[in-house]
Order: sequence, then C-alpha cells, then structure tokens
Amino acid sequence: MAKKIAKSYIDRVKRENAKRDKKTITSIENAADEIYKKIMRKGKPMLRFPVRSLSNVSYDKRKGYLEIGKARKERTLTVNTVKGFAQTLRMMGLSRELVQTNDFATKRDVYYQSKNWAEAKFSEQSESDTVMDDIEALFSVDDVSREQLRFVPDEHGGAVAGELVVLDPDLDTGEVERIDCTRFGSGAYSIPSSVEHLSFETKAKFVLAIETGGIFQRLQSHKFWKTADCILVSMAGVPTRSTRRFIRRLSDQIKIPVYAFVDCDPYGISNIYRTLKVGSGNAAHINRFFCVPSASYLGVTPQDIIDYDLPTHPLKDVDIKRAKDALKNDPFFQSKRQWREALEQLLKMGVRAEQQSLAMWGLNYVIETYLPAKLANSKKFLP
Amino acid sequence: MPRKKPQASRTQAASKPTAKKKVSKKKASKKSTAKKTGTAASRRQGGLFDSEPTANSDRPKKKTAKKTAKKSIRKSASTGQGDMAIAEKMAAKQKDISVSEFFAKNRHLLGFDSPARALLTTVREAVDNSLDACEEASVLPELIIDVRATESTQHVVTIRDNGPGIVREQLPRIFARLLYGSKFHSRKQTRGQQGIGISAAGMYGTLTTGKPMRVTSRTSRRKPAVELVLAIDMAKNQPVVKKESEVEVEWAHGTEVQIELEGTYKKGKHSIDSFLDQVSLANPHVKIVYSNPIDEEPITWERVSKVLPDAPNEILPHPHGVELGILMQMMKETSSRTVSGFLCTEFCRVTPNVVKKVSDETEGLGKKIDTDRHPKRLSSADVKILHKGIEATRMMAPPTNCLSPIGEELMAKTLRRNFDPELVITVTRQPSVYRGNPFQVEAGIAWGGELPGDDLASIFRFANRVPLQYEQGACAITQSIVGTPWKNYEIQQARGALPTGPLAVLVHIASVWVPFTSESKKAVASYDEILKEMRLAIMEAGRKLAIHLRKKRRLADAERKKDYIKTYIPQIGIALQDILTLSDTQRTKAEGNLSEVLERSRKM
Repeated sequence: MAKKIAKSYIDRVKRENAKRDKKTITSIENAADEIYKKIMRKGKPMLRFPVRSLSNVSYDKRKGYLEIGKARKERTLTVNTVKGFAQTLRMMGLSRELVQTNDFATKRDVYYQSKNWAEAKFSEQSESDTVMDDIEALFSVDDVSREQLRFVPDEHGGAVAGELVVLDPDLDTGEVERIDCTRFGSGAYSIPSSVEHLSFETKAKFVLAIETGGIFQRLQSHKFWKTADCILVSMAGVPTRSTRRFIRRLSDQIKIPVYAFVDCDPYGISNIYRTLKVGSGNAAHINRFFCVPSASYLGVTPQDIIDYDLPTHPLKDVDIKRAKDALKNDPFFQSKRQWREALEQLLKMGVRAEQQSLAMWGLNYVIETYLPAKLANSKKFLP
Repeated sequence: MPRKKPQASRTQAASKPTAKKKVSKKKASKKSTAKKTGTAASRRQGGLFDSEPTANSDRPKKKTAKKTAKKSIRKSASTGQGDMAIAEKMAAKQKDISVSEFFAKNRHLLGFDSPARALLTTVREAVDNSLDACEEASVLPELIIDVRATESTQHVVTIRDNGPGIVREQLPRIFARLLYGSKFHSRKQTRGQQGIGISAAGMYGTLTTGKPMRVTSRTSRRKPAVELVLAIDMAKNQPVVKKESEVEVEWAHGTEVQIELEGTYKKGKHSIDSFLDQVSLANPHVKIVYSNPIDEEPITWERVSKVLPDAPNEILPHPHGVELGILMQMMKETSSRTVSGFLCTEFCRVTPNVVKKVSDETEGLGKKIDTDRHPKRLSSADVKILHKGIEATRMMAPPTNCLSPIGEELMAKTLRRNFDPELVITVTRQPSVYRGNPFQVEAGIAWGGELPGDDLASIFRFANRVPLQYEQGACAITQSIVGTPWKNYEIQQARGALPTGPLAVLVHIASVWVPFTSESKKAVASYDEILKEMRLAIMEAGRKLAIHLRKKRRLADAERKKDYIKTYIPQIGIALQDILTLSDTQRTKAEGNLSEVLERSRKM
C-alpha cells in the first residue's frame, strides 16, 4: 500500500513537474518566437522587463508581500544592445535545454557554460548574473521562477529539526524518500536548493524560524520541538531563497502559523523578518514565490527588552539609519501601525538586544520561561 | 665690540649722502642708455653677451657705491654723530668687498644654488644672449652647445653662436660685469630677463674650479678669430687677460665661450636637454646642435623657419603701467621743463588734451596739479596726486605693434617636430593690455602620437620665447591650464589638477614687461587680464581639439558597432534556431534581416 501511495505521489509530482516544465518551455519559446516574427517582418525586436527598483514596489495587505509594480522597461535590439540581446537569448536557450534534459545549473555553472558561446561568452560572472536576473524578471511575469528556469542558487539552505516528515521523491527510481526531521540526533535536516518537488507530513502546531544558529542548537539539543510540538528552522541571518520557499511551501501545505524569533535590532526586524514575510525590495519580481505572508513576529520585541530586563547594546548609526529608512520608505512597515510604534519605541530606547541576551537569566531561560510565556500569548505577536 | 658701535653709526652722516648721489647718478646713466639709441647700437656690436659694451670706466666703482649705500642704510639704525676720519676709513674698507664674497653669498639669487642648476643657468644665460645678439644682427641663429664632464662634478661648457662677434677691445669688459641689466627700463620685448649675464657663470666657474674662461670671437671672414683666456681679479673686480692669440677657426663669424665649472649633469624636467628642447619650441628659426656627457650622438633641432621674427619695436611706457616710485624717478631725471611736456614726451598715448584731463582729475583728488610747473619742483605729495590722477584718466591703450609672437603656423611646426603628435592646435590671440603694458598670449596643444597617455599633460611655459622651468605651480600659465574645463574637450581631468592624457600644452606670453611673481623670474604673476587671455587661448585650442577628438570617437564607435553587428548577430541566430528549432535557411534569413535592420538604424 505504501508503494501505491508512493507511486501516486511520484506520478503527481511528475505530472506537476511536467506541467511546470511545459509552461517554462512555452514561455521561453513564446518570447523567442515574438522576437523571431518581428525580425522576419524586418522590425526591431524588443524585450519588456519589469522595472526592478523600490519605486516600482508596493505592499498589498491582501496578497501579503511586496509586489512589483506595472512599470516596464523596453529593451529594443539596437547596435548598442546587440551583445546583451544575444547573451539573453543564448541563456534562454540554455534554460530550455536544462528543462529538457531535467538538469540544473548554478550561477557559476551558467558562467562557465557561456564559454561555449563564442563571442557571446561572459568575461565576468557578474555579467552573466545580471543577464540571469533579467531573464528571471522577464519570466516572473509568466509566473515562472528562477528555479523553474533551472537556475539554482549556490547558497546554503537553512536547517530544519522537529516534528516534520519531508517527502522527497526520487523520480528516477520511483521511490519516495521519507525524511523524518526528528531523527537527526544532534544534527538537522538541510534544506536543498530546490524544494518545489517536496511535500510534508506533520502534526506540529507551528513553525519557529530562528535567526541564530546558537539558539537553534539550544532548542534542538533540548528537543524543544517535542515539548512545544513545533518545527524549528534555522535561518542563519537573512533567509536564503530556498529557506524562504521551503517555509512558504510548508505553511501553504499544512496551514500552520510561522513565528519568527530574531534579534531585537533593525537588522533582525527590517532585514530578516521583513524579507521572510514579504520578500525583499530589490528582488520584488520574485517575492510572490519567496514570501511567507503567514509569518508573525514572536520576538525579541522592543517591549521584551523592558519586560525581561534584557542586557542591551546601544544602537549603532547604521541601525538608526536602517530603522528610520524602514519607517520612511518601506511600504510594509508603513502599513502596520504596531510596527511603526515598535520601531519608534526602539529608536527612542536607543538600544538593541540579541536573542541570546536571554542567557543572562540562565542558559535555558529561553526554553523554560521566555518561549512558553510568549507562545501562551501569540495574539501579542507583531504582525 | 662696544667700541665699534659708535663708529659704525658715525659713518652714516658722512657716507650716506655720497652713496645716495652715486646711486642716482648710476640710475640716470643707465636710464639714458637704455632709453635712447644706446641699447640698439651697443647690442649690434655685441656678440654672446648682453651686457652693454659702452665704455664706462666708473662701472666697478658704482658697484661698490651701491654696496656702500646698502651697508650704510643698514647701519643707520643706530644714530650718532659722525667723525670724518673714521668714516672715510670705513668707506675705504667697504670698497674692498670682493666680488667673490658677494657672489658666494648670493649664489641662489643668481641661479647657482645647486650644482645641477649651475650648469643649467650657464647654458641658459649663454643661449639667451646668443639669440638676442644674432637677432639684433639679423642672422639666423645657429647654436652649438657642448657639455662635457671632466670630473663627476665638474664640466666644461662650450657654447658657440654664429652672431656678429665681438671686437677685441670689448671682450674683457664684457666679462668684468656682473649683475647688469640693460633692459630693466626698456619697454621692449626682449629675452634677457635674468639680468645676470654669462659673466656671472664665468665667475662661478673660476671660483669653483680655478680655471679661467676662454672666449673666441670672430667678427668677419676677412679677419682671424681672437682668442682670449680671461681671469677675473676678484679683489678689483676687473678682467685679467691671461693669454691672447689669433686662431684659425672654420666659422666665419660668431662667438664661442668655454667655461669649466663645478656642476652636475642631470636629465629630467630641469635639465639642459629639456631647456633646449623648449627653446626650440618657441624659436622656430633657431638651429641647435647639442652634445651632452651621456648620449653618444649629438641632439640636433633643425630650424623650421628661415625667417627671423620681426624685430620688436621699442615703445614708450604707457601711463597706466607706471608705478609711483618710477614716476618720481622719471620726473627727477627728465629734461622737460613742464609736467605737461614731461608726460607728453616720456609716455605713449599722452597728448596735451590727455594732460588736461589728468589735471582735471587731480582736482577731484584734493589738489589740482598745475601741469605747467617744472616737474622737479613737485612735492612728493603732489606727484602722488598726479599718479592717482593718471590712473583715473581714461586714455588710449598702448600700441601693440611692439610684440613679436611665435605665430600659429610656426608654433605648430615646432610642436610637430618635437613631439611627432597626431594632432597639433595653435592659437595666437590678439594683443591685449594689462596695467598699460601690451601683451599677447599664444597657446599650442600637441595631442596623441608618442605622447604618454596615462600621465598628466606636459606643460611648457614661455615668457618672451624664454622657457620657464621652475615654480610651475605658482605660475599664471599653470593656473589657467588647471582652470580650463578639459572635460568639455574630451580630456580627462581630476579636480584641481592638470589634465591627463597624451597632451603637451604650450603657453607663451609676449610682452614688453612680463610680470613675474618674484625677482627670480620663474613664474608669471596672475593678473586678471593675463589670466583671462590665457584661458581664452587655451579654451579656443581646447574646443578645436574636442572637435577632432569627437570626430575620432564617432568613427571608432561606428567601426566598433559595425563589428558588433557582425559578431553578435550570428549568436542571436543560433539562439533562435536552438529555441524555435528553425531550419538553417530560416536562421540565415533572420540573420540577414537583422543585419539589415541594424545597419539601417546605425546610419540614422
């Protein structure tokens, strides 16, 4: 019976994959065809890219992420753009080939692949990265993500521990690997770079996304996930794309809340938490795939600093600048009254506190006192 | 020493008046020679040396008199009653100050402060004087310069010109003079600016090596050359002819001087090589053959013009350029019997009508000056008012035909010869006036070719065709080059710096009276009028340069874009064929269409 389930799961994943791949290929072919037709009519072909800047970003409460606006920039094929055009088309061709051969390439791989393109090759990886960003933006309009284009990030994913079984189908053997995240001993499950094919089984009540490896390790080794009935995810700073996508898919599939537990400073709030929840400002074209709108902010809040009498450090100039910038320019914080108040409170206090400052009250104070107290009152979390 | 003090102070009463008298007499004589026919006549006789060969037996005494005057003025700080006998004794003693001592103390003023500079100064003085002499005699100058090491810090410098030569009787006198400038009061564009003369170099040589100088001169093909070995009697400040002979030389006329002196030979910005290179830039009619101790082959600068520059005319000073002190001096020395007559005869652009206007102006300044008075009877307060009145009166600008610029065409030729650049631009401005002095600015730019592209531009500064090699930063020429918006002319320039690029910039100011920042005459002073003219000249040249550079860039761009089309269209073809599985025919067709579209858009 397990085998049967596995087969149907694999078939489903395959079907979904095939559907996605077909969409990717169609998108690429349509774009190329449009150019080809224009050339055959002796016209000047052009590509239309969404404008990728903060001025073209808005926050929609209902959608729950920073969304790229309608502004488009056109790149017409001229003598000056002919090189970039050729490179863009060649990279689109590469993406199509990757889909067809069911393979993937990292940014660095793509850079080296381009060495086969004679004159259209890149001389620096930064050049190929730019073209890749352009292509990603180009196809994000068709709801095709970079991962679907088979360009995968080389960055490291986060770590997961707790009451979660990850189903990872091996399409070649037809078997589904069941990864039990409670059984990594003192280690943890490492999120792969592509998570689209994964599915989940869990009875956990919530996901706890943690900024620092230190706190994650403490909660993991004391099996906090068991006592609190949750899934622990270590973000290790600003969460990578795959970590964000993993949490997103988890929350989409099993509909449990995501709580963020980060340092109480403008970086933890406006960079880590904001990026996790609504995406980043300068890559807004991909936010719809990489945000976790269901996330809320457990702590450490500015009020916690007072309530728990935490040891603090003074805010640095860069912190103050970041907080003011968030209040002034960030559409997400602007739309949330609680956040505006919290940031203003933080600025007024002029201090910051780390997650690990809780250790002042005892190494396991965070497990025994802080988290249970906070979780008992989840309505007070910041949005 | 307490006894000496009263003695010293006593001298004042006795010696000061005498000294004063002598000074004024000296100035008077100098003035008259410079102003009247003396200059031209004597210069025509002269060869290598710009000092005037007018027989003037009291010359050495004057020198001493000047010293005495200085000394007594210094000592007059403490006053006291004079005792004639002691004062006279003192005066006698003061006469004995040797030229060598004076020289040793004032080396830096004369350009002999370092061994490297001593060598350069020697060549500079000789070249200036030779060129002035040749031009006076209407001979196309040809200079043969040889610098040879005898020891590591000792060199023999030999400089020969093809000038008119100097007659035997005059030769020793010329070398007896030190620090005599005939051109100080002359309103004429001349080279000799240092006022030192090569005699100083000869003396420096004798002082440092003990070797006498050797002078050979020939005035005509019909006569043999005369060679003198000259030493200087330091105590008496007089020339001593050590040896005299008639020699056979292969040249028809001219003067050759040979001086052995302590000095080091160096390459670089302040080198003799660089100096001569610059001389050749500003003097297209000059041929120079130069041998130095390092290079095996002599360096030759062939002349690019067989025409002598127009001899500059001498003009009377313009009233707006005269300083109060000089005005007072002139009024004391004039032979005119009325102020009005004085102004009309000793200045240009002054007519009785102008004098009347000046007189009217003085009325508004507190006291109307009666211009029928004798000029010598005006009090210094009156002269001051008169001076202000002159300044306030509008009058015609001075004539400008007294200037002799290099000229756009010849400047371009020398720039081409010396730098072999891709492009040369030259600009000669119309003459202009600052403080009553006519002046004219020229600018030349050489661009590209072998000029180094990553360095700051090379700057070549000239005043009356003489290269300025020191104090570049303090010079109005440098300021105006830095102040030019080179970025507008397609040339890189860091803020407040010289432009960067394969660039040589030449700026020449010709004037009857070039204003220098200091006595050493190394940098042109920043008068607004001068800065403005320089800036306009450089900007005009810059605009022309920009036109060329933009055209060049457009052509290069077009070429590159043409390449672009050829290079990248096949890549677009490959990608489209790949994605859309096109046939080869379809691909070729698409590539053809695309080339056509892009070529069309490029031409538009």
